[in-house]
Amino acid sequence: MTASKTLPIRSSEDVVRIRSEVRNASIAAGFSLVDQTKFVTAASELARNMVIYGAGGEMQIELLESAGRRGVRLAFIDQGPGIPDIDQAMKDGFTTGTGLGLGLGGARRLVNEFTIESKLGHGTRVTIARWK
Amino acid sequence: MDERIPILKLGKALLVTIQVDMHDRLALALEEDLTQKIVATGARGVLIDISALEIVDSFIGRMLDNIAGVSRILDAETVLVGMQPAVAITLVELGLNLSGIKTALNVERGMKMIAQTVRASDDSDDGE
Repeated sequence: MTASKTLPIRSSEDVVRIRSEVRNASIAAGFSLVDQTKFVTAASELARNMVIYGAGGEMQIELLESAGRRGVRLAFIDQGPGIPDIDQAMKDGFTTGTGLGLGLGGARRLVNEFTIESKLGHGTRVTIARWK
Repeated sequence: MDERIPILKLGKALLVTIQVDMHDRLALALEEDLTQKIVATGARGVLIDISALEIVDSFIGRMLDNIAGVSRILDAETVLVGMQPAVAITLVELGLNLSGIKTALNVERGMKMIAQTVRASDDSDDGE
């Protein structure tokens, strides 16, 4: 596997492919089974959000190594409508779609690092990372 | 034809073994197929074996909860069996506790739970 790669997210089949790629990267970084499962689940939530709200986009996947620690960083980038109120969108139970509203807040709880930037009319970028 | 998850009839119960990582449409198709099959067969229980599932995210979790809710209305009990420990830990942290759904450790125990429920409700019918 290369250190960095970009994958398209347009359909629910792509979400399945994302799960399998993130699983492979998590194994390559030496994550425990529980940590693999948490990271793959977080990626699945964010990828689906992108299909439902962001009109699709892409995910960049990067293997990290810092001071002898290994990790994986994922960036979810879309050119969708953007999120008007990020604090509100992060709250459990908040949704403008048909979901449970657990996606963003839930994903944040499953990872070590979480950042979100959004610009109305331009799109959203969510970055997550998990370390071994 | 679209890909589908097979549903087997086992006595008074329906058995579903999910062996692939489901995309969302496949999960929705299963929900629909199961509902129709409960009505068509008069099944009293639905056993869903997820031991091969490596993740359950909020979408799949909601689908499982929906199946349990709809089955209950149609007089069938849903039991979820075989959830991997890592999946259970992740689900709770995600904020999903599947409170509306019964669980058992394996298919054998799940079938026992369904058999007990069917027997209990048959007994109370006799008493009326």
